[in-house]
Amino acid sequence: MPVNIFLVLGMGLAVGYISGMFGIGGGFLMTPLLIFIGVSPAVAVASVASHIAASSFSGAINYWNRRALDLALALMLLSAGIIGTATGVWLFTTLRALDQLDLMIGLSYVTLLTIVGGLMIYESVRAVVRARHGLPATIRRPGSHTWLHGLPFKLRFKRSKIYVSAIPVWAIGFIIGFVGAIMGIGGGFLLVPMLIYFLRVPTATVIGTSMVLTLITMASATVMHAATNHLVDAVLALILMVGGVVGAQFGARTGQKMRGERLRLLLGLLVFAVGLRFAYALVVQPDDLYSIRLLGGE
Amino acid sequence: MMRRIALTLVIVMLACGAKPAAAERLVVSLSNHRVAITSSFVGEDLVLFGTIEPDAGKTALRSAYDLVVTVTGPRQTLRTRRKQRVLGIWVNVDSREFVRVPSYLAILSNRPVAQITQQDTLRRLQIGLDNFLLPQRIGPDLADTVRDDPFRLAFVRLEIQQALYSEIGSAVTFLTPTVFRTAIPLPADVPTGNYTIDVKLFADGVMVARTNSALEVTKAGFEQYVADAARDHGLLYGLATMLMALLTGWIASVVFKRD
Repeated sequence: MPVNIFLVLGMGLAVGYISGMFGIGGGFLMTPLLIFIGVSPAVAVASVASHIAASSFSGAINYWNRRALDLALALMLLSAGIIGTATGVWLFTTLRALDQLDLMIGLSYVTLLTIVGGLMIYESVRAVVRARHGLPATIRRPGSHTWLHGLPFKLRFKRSKIYVSAIPVWAIGFIIGFVGAIMGIGGGFLLVPMLIYFLRVPTATVIGTSMVLTLITMASATVMHAATNHLVDAVLALILMVGGVVGAQFGARTGQKMRGERLRLLLGLLVFAVGLRFAYALVVQPDDLYSIRLLGGE
Repeated sequence: MMRRIALTLVIVMLACGAKPAAAERLVVSLSNHRVAITSSFVGEDLVLFGTIEPDAGKTALRSAYDLVVTVTGPRQTLRTRRKQRVLGIWVNVDSREFVRVPSYLAILSNRPVAQITQQDTLRRLQIGLDNFLLPQRIGPDLADTVRDDPFRLAFVRLEIQQALYSEIGSAVTFLTPTVFRTAIPLPADVPTGNYTIDVKLFADGVMVARTNSALEVTKAGFEQYVADAARDHGLLYGLATMLMALLTGWIASVVFKRD
């Protein structure tokens, strides 16, 4: 695949910087960038999975050392996450055979990113406005009990100090694993809000826990994509990883200097913009209506 | 060594399958029979030289010849898809499967093939992109379609864009009336495998001699290793990539450790 090494390395650095700044894996930026420079969506999704595994592993080590990580919760999410990933890889293979994979990847990005980006912008603009009026910027936490807490199979997670049903935990794990395999994203930017809003996981353990989950789902997605679709490009992945982990270190330093709601507003705008870019690509007439896909050589 | 074997082969083939009517003999030689693709490969022009010789003391050579060289790469099956607007977005709605078509196809001649001989001869000998058989799966059958079939046109156009298919009507140069040379353009992402080179000689619109040669494109070094591993040992390859990711992550956390 004739792609410039330095361009890919530069993209790895840039995305790594952003991911370090916001504490996310950056898959939702990396995969689209690769697609926009001409890597086939299928290869991009499969290769970015290993890139995210690398960056979340280095993050997870940090959180483990600081004991800011709920391993029990992560493993619980994971048991469903693996099934989600396997389902995602299966659907990925099926759609590819039907020539609808690229469309599906595009549609998933548009839907997910515009919704999540829109919500983040809304929430952080409100927080910024509140701060300007001298009110506390923190979001009001809804009542401590929702219908989710009425579900059976309750489990206690000591490190996070929560007592919740296993059903929403499994559902969240499955969704993250599934979405990750289809879209080549770690799902950190989805998982963190879900854990906070649905399960009330305290902020102290939420990012570390999310990183463990991301790490394991992405590592298994790498293996499964390689074994079933033969799409992982290890050379591409290595260049991305190196750029990514280095960039993340510098991004983390910038991120710590910025105010929380500003950071969330910026991230929201970024997420929304990538979503719009995908919508544009789907709606505008392509340069060429025809395309070729290799079915098999000999 | 390779060249000598190939040359001997050419001569043997000529001896066995020589056309009785032919008064000419073609002798060709390729600059390189084995192209190794390394990480720095950016494409290459292979040079093919040849001479036209009278067959064992027969009639004198004619004054004007035409030469067509057809280079075919390993066969592969591809699907050409067409997008159409559905509910405002562009979706692949229709597709055709091209079965066992060349992954690389170059038609090189000294002047446009249409000027060399009659259309029915071109068709029969599959000379030119328009006349080369590109079978599509149509129901249970395989058949080539009419030349202006939209899928066939799109397929050939896309392959030309990728520099995998080409038809160059000025690629063969006659250095003397009986000595010719041509350059076979191999793009950077040339498919690997065995290639056949078919050389046809025409005089006054009639094919008077024909010979062929072969060429092998292989990947070399690290690239080859990675490509093979990805295809043959998917699971191991995935595990190795995963370990590489973990190692990179771990190294980063050690290198950038704070305090």
